[in-house]
Amino acid sequence: MLRYIARRLVFAIPTLLAVSIIAFIIIQLPPGDYLTTLMADWASQGGAVEAGTVAAMRERYGLDQPMYFQYYKWMAGILLHGDFGISFELGKPVTELIWSRLGFSLMLSLLTLCFVWAVAIPIGILSAVRQYSISDYAATFLAFFFLAVPDFLMALGAMYVMSVWFGQSVGGLFSPDYVDAPWSFAKLLDLANHVWLPVIVIGLGSLAALVRIMRANLLDELSKPYVTTARAKGMSEFELLIRYPVRLALNPLISTLGWILPAVISGEIIVSVVMSLPTTGPLLLRALLAQDMYLAGSLILLISVLTIIGTLISDILLAMTDPRIRLT
Amino acid sequence: MSMTRDSILKVENLQTFFKTRTGLFKAVDGVSFDLQRGKTLCVVGESGSGKSVTARSILQIVDKPGKIAGGAIWLNRADGTTVDLAKLDPRGEEIRRVRGREIAMIFQEPMSSLSPVHRIGEQIGEALRIHFGTPKAERRERVLDLLRQVEIPRPETAIDRYTFEFSGGMRQRVMIAMALACNPQVLIADEPTTALDVTTQAEILDLIKRLQQSHGMAVLFITHDMGVVAEIADEVLVMYRGRVMEHGSVDAVFHAPKDDYTKRLIGSVVRLEHKAEIRLKRADIAADAPPLLDVRNMSLTFPSGLKAVDDVSLIVRPGETLGIVGESGSGKTTMGRCLLRIYDPQAGEINYRRADGSSIDLRLADKPQLKELRREVRMIFQDPVGSLSPRKTVGQIIAEPLKLAGMRGAELDDRVAELMQQVGLEPAWRERYPHAFSGGQRQRIGIARAIAVKPRLIVADEATSALDVSLRSQVLDLMMKLQDELGLSYVFISHDMSVIRYMCDRVAVMYRGRIVEAGDTDQVVNRPTHDYTRALLSAIPHPDPRDRRIQNRFRYVAPTVPANG
Repeated sequence: MLRYIARRLVFAIPTLLAVSIIAFIIIQLPPGDYLTTLMADWASQGGAVEAGTVAAMRERYGLDQPMYFQYYKWMAGILLHGDFGISFELGKPVTELIWSRLGFSLMLSLLTLCFVWAVAIPIGILSAVRQYSISDYAATFLAFFFLAVPDFLMALGAMYVMSVWFGQSVGGLFSPDYVDAPWSFAKLLDLANHVWLPVIVIGLGSLAALVRIMRANLLDELSKPYVTTARAKGMSEFELLIRYPVRLALNPLISTLGWILPAVISGEIIVSVVMSLPTTGPLLLRALLAQDMYLAGSLILLISVLTIIGTLISDILLAMTDPRIRLT
Repeated sequence: MSMTRDSILKVENLQTFFKTRTGLFKAVDGVSFDLQRGKTLCVVGESGSGKSVTARSILQIVDKPGKIAGGAIWLNRADGTTVDLAKLDPRGEEIRRVRGREIAMIFQEPMSSLSPVHRIGEQIGEALRIHFGTPKAERRERVLDLLRQVEIPRPETAIDRYTFEFSGGMRQRVMIAMALACNPQVLIADEPTTALDVTTQAEILDLIKRLQQSHGMAVLFITHDMGVVAEIADEVLVMYRGRVMEHGSVDAVFHAPKDDYTKRLIGSVVRLEHKAEIRLKRADIAADAPPLLDVRNMSLTFPSGLKAVDDVSLIVRPGETLGIVGESGSGKTTMGRCLLRIYDPQAGEINYRRADGSSIDLRLADKPQLKELRREVRMIFQDPVGSLSPRKTVGQIIAEPLKLAGMRGAELDDRVAELMQQVGLEPAWRERYPHAFSGGQRQRIGIARAIAVKPRLIVADEATSALDVSLRSQVLDLMMKLQDELGLSYVFISHDMSVIRYMCDRVAVMYRGRIVEAGDTDQVVNRPTHDYTRALLSAIPHPDPRDRRIQNRFRYVAPTVPANG
């Protein structure tokens, strides 16, 4: 078991490296760089810049060097000093900008995952056990409906309904009074009051997928001979269901953690922009628009790292729950 | 309702029906029998005869949409009361108290009938927890005791293992231990040895018999194999399409069968007692004919260090059938796959004589050569379900190798029709999918596919093991007919000495990767020189209840501690 975990950890390293390279290349893909965008902005405001100034700035930011060298400098900074570079636009170290937001992103993602699992599993079980019943059809219909509606639309719709019909304060994770207040029990309560709406909005899309997977897995397991064996022992139908087929149907569900997490995180980015949440989402969008490459690159890198860690956790969980995997 | 003192279970006019979209399917229709303490009743019939549904009806665990439609199942309980199980609610508490406690059941596939993610100790002890609420520590003691009773080696470590860490025979022992947990009065065994080797089957039958005597249980044993029936039954019930064809003592059924269907079932086993007529009539194959296949000192070691094929030498002459016999794990399947280079043996020669008389070493053949040679050397597989794609029609499946050989259009259609006729299938069925065919027919499809490109050598890996005994001889007869028509040679791999005896000219006995004995079939069968061969022969169920052999069979114990485990 320990060897298995160690091997998974070792495998994660090249993946992380590949992700960092791809993240960096993606940032460089749009034509031009931060300075071209900046010049365009200035020009549109009627200002003119001397060519010499641009060249000097380009040198200062290191933008005149070849791409692989810029990548090397960036990675060396991260690995050796924990320095993710400087945001051109905001003029602050990237680290300072993102840690607090990353915390909220992580919290939101984890809450969403818990919500999705807690709701998807019982619904999936119900629709498998009562296959082709009214409740199965209803769950199936809703699942496909939410799967089809894009996140941002769902966010807009939810905000409209909550604020117009129920008079709730929507947008953000806190009421205006608490945004800058120090942490207290009242602030936590306020957070709890706000956080459930984005969690539901982000989760609904993945929820639908998970319900379908749980239903399909369980339908496969329900007809397996070991279910008959357990029944022949005299076990009650409910205990039997939970102990055997559900237990086995959960295994493939655990492995979905690897792709549910990226879905949740990318959903979170879009929803956060719409609902103006203090997470990494809006910051990333702004950085990308401004071609603020170190900020955008660091955000993409960190989000990818979270995903890889999620996959790692799902691998380890899977090995814990399924003895057949431990062997190999 | 009259019941004698020793009668535990009395089934009267049982009817179990399945409501399907096309109408009512009467899986069990008017079956009656009764089970006596300490006695074994065998229910025998081909697949689809309703024997399994009968067994499951007793515990009310028939799969949906099956339902007991009529009749009674009287259970005589230990406290003297009687209850009609057919009247109980299948999901209710009353029937649950009977399941596993008074009537226990074991199943055919010990692998899929046990959960792969729960330790076996947990699964065995579960019935104790459910019925008696036995505390954990005491439960563990009792499970260890059960594991000892079913003779699982090193029970203290075995108890915490998972099913996939056991062999097929050991898994079935785990199932039996599970069934015995609450000391039931009745044990229902649903084809418990069908998925096992002949030698393992003999051991499991032995074990059930001994436990039955020591526990005083009544056993209801479901099987399709008349040989097994003759070895263990006190009473026999023959079923066909849901109805009872014949019911009587084992001696009466075997020695004075009244029903034609019973006679046919017995006949299909007795036929396998001797060499096939078609082979007795044929002239012997000249011993000096140049061999088609000449394997010398072939060895294969897997990366795990397991020596699966160890210095194997054998020859196959044109038109001959060479039998390879051994139990599972003996390396016979691996050996067969080496011949087609599915595995790459590390040492030795596989000399194959081509039609033009030239010889080629298959072990060293390169890819283009192999591609060509695989048209001449083909394979038939054990599992007629798994080896046919469910998404292709039978016509497409048979046409596949022909298409690869470049055949197209009307010529292809004609050839497929011809092949289907040759193996005894209606060419009109070509548009159907494999699931519409029975097991025997599916194996015929596999054979048609194998002979499509006019091969010269066919490696048949347990080609009849998954079939009912009654179908086995039919498929073997077909293979021999094709052999004579097409001049084929076979390498016929099997764990069952009886099918080898029926159709093979010569036989090689494999044990742990080595050939321990080889020679003419008659000689090996009648005058075996190696003890392992003798053990294999004596494990074959003998279809005569007056001459039961399994209990006095010869057991082979390897002289040294095996390295392969």
